[in-house]
Amino acid sequence: MTPEEPLIRWDWIASHLDEIAMRAGEHIQLTVIAVGLGLVIAFGLSLLVLRVPRLEQAATLVTGTLYTIPSLALFALLIPYTGLTLLTAEIGLVGYTLLILMRNILGGIRSVPEDVRESALGMGYTRAQLLWRVELPLALPIIVAGIRIATITTIGLVTVTALIGQGGAGYLILIGLQRFFSTPLIVGAALSLTLAIVADGALVLMQRAFTPWSRAR
Amino acid sequence: MTTRGATVEFRDVTKRYGRPGAAAARGADGELGAVNDLSLLVPAGAICVLVGPSGCGKTTSLKMVNRLIEPTSGTILIDGHDVRQDDPVILRRRIGYVIQQVGLFPHQTISENVATVPRLLGWDGARIDRRVQELIELVGLDSARYRDRYPAALSGGERQRVGVARALAAEPPVMLMDEPFGAVDPIVRERLQDEFLRIHRELGMTVLFVTHDIDEAIKMGDRVAVMREGRLVQYAPPSELLTTPADDFVARFVGADRGLKRLALTTVGDVTLRDAPTAREGEPARSVRVRAAGQSFVLLLDAERHPIGWINLARLGEDAVLAAVHADPSSPFFTRRTRLRDALSALLASGVRTGVVVDDDGRYSGAFTIDEIGNALTGNSLIQGQGPLGSEAAPKAAT
Repeated sequence: MTPEEPLIRWDWIASHLDEIAMRAGEHIQLTVIAVGLGLVIAFGLSLLVLRVPRLEQAATLVTGTLYTIPSLALFALLIPYTGLTLLTAEIGLVGYTLLILMRNILGGIRSVPEDVRESALGMGYTRAQLLWRVELPLALPIIVAGIRIATITTIGLVTVTALIGQGGAGYLILIGLQRFFSTPLIVGAALSLTLAIVADGALVLMQRAFTPWSRAR
Repeated sequence: MTTRGATVEFRDVTKRYGRPGAAAARGADGELGAVNDLSLLVPAGAICVLVGPSGCGKTTSLKMVNRLIEPTSGTILIDGHDVRQDDPVILRRRIGYVIQQVGLFPHQTISENVATVPRLLGWDGARIDRRVQELIELVGLDSARYRDRYPAALSGGERQRVGVARALAAEPPVMLMDEPFGAVDPIVRERLQDEFLRIHRELGMTVLFVTHDIDEAIKMGDRVAVMREGRLVQYAPPSELLTTPADDFVARFVGADRGLKRLALTTVGDVTLRDAPTAREGEPARSVRVRAAGQSFVLLLDAERHPIGWINLARLGEDAVLAAVHADPSSPFFTRRTRLRDALSALLASGVRTGVVVDDDGRYSGAFTIDEIGNALTGNSLIQGQGPLGSEAAPKAAT
């Protein structure tokens, strides 16, 4: 980067719109897969923990450990086994969502008032009906809160997976760093930020649409 | 919309808790209660109230009927059928269940809440809609106004009404109620109790009702089961509980004012009425005086024999003609269903201490004074002979 060079070269942006759009698409794809898979796994873990409460400590320990491993170190550890692939990226990304998602799913289900649960069972709901028709709908605001945090975290992390060739917006940042060229760096950062804000807003709107009752107070 | 009640029978039912603090046994009052060798038969269509102090096992007993708690030993039969022969889920759909905190589903509208059991039973949509509307109206709410609201928008009393409607949805022959009116204020509670009794008269299901409030037990119960430390101490109609408590515990539990409580159980219909001197609108005072034979008060009736009020003949001039304006507007009128407690209270509050009884069409059918109330409660120490509330204060009535 030279002092004469402008911070943003709009002509570069104009000539690279296709590339930027592609990287945005990649970014979204990586995030959706990570949060989606994370949700499925965290949901399974939560059901297991609800059924076998002694497993909770173990589940928290495992997901907590995954959450605290530095991302670069994790990718470095995985590359010998899974290479510079989407799989490597997703293992890391999914791993980071599990703690947050599981904690919010469990917290949401446990926040269902005892009297609601008792009256549901007393009227003849099966355990499964109780879960799907009462506990999960009522837990939805707390679960969505977890999905929001997981999504924003993942969108941020995807910029790091560029290092293993699965980059999205991170790829633009990387180019900027390598070439001492500020425009792609700023575009990459702005893209990641914009995606995070849009995704968060979309999740809030979605939650409002699905929980009309929570605004009836 | 009539439901045939089923008998509910406890046979030597015992529940012991291995670990104190097992969460499932906590009742509305948060107390854990074991049950010891409970045998009890609730006749079909009766309201049986289980009453006793915290931890006496009343809630545990109730929850064993729909198997939210399983007994350690003994049998519970509904219409002679052992409740353990069926899948508990199927069993519960046939038993109405109402709890103190109501437990409405916050994410469902009032109509969805009420439709819960019919949906579980797979009724078709049109039938559910009809039933839901009928039930919301039955519990005294305006269906058009309430059906699409969420529980959070309702008051405590309204929520409890919806809870009752939801429990009644599939016309259960048996209904279990655990302190259903415990969380609302006394005025609302009284109204909910009265309306529930009306609904029960209409539908005729068997009700097991748990409370720690003896007044509520006496008001609601056809039969009251007093429990203490997991044992049944006395099982009797409320009047028997008040007149002949089985032991000191029951006597203390029903309270020193049990004479007054009996007033709440007895209605004007239980009183032997006397005749009061009557007069028609438009009659000349002169002829009424002759007929009243020295009594100063007569009851003015209109052409259809609806009472208008008492007239003090001494206040009328020689040539007066009886008219509605002469009548005392504060004269208390009662129906045969008025509780004696309310009747006595109204008599004491009004200037005229003779109660006028009207039939369902509002026509005069007789009168009573505090003496007749006392006679209706004979054998009770409260009002015998000439107490301070004797007949002196009442206008003299013909006998």
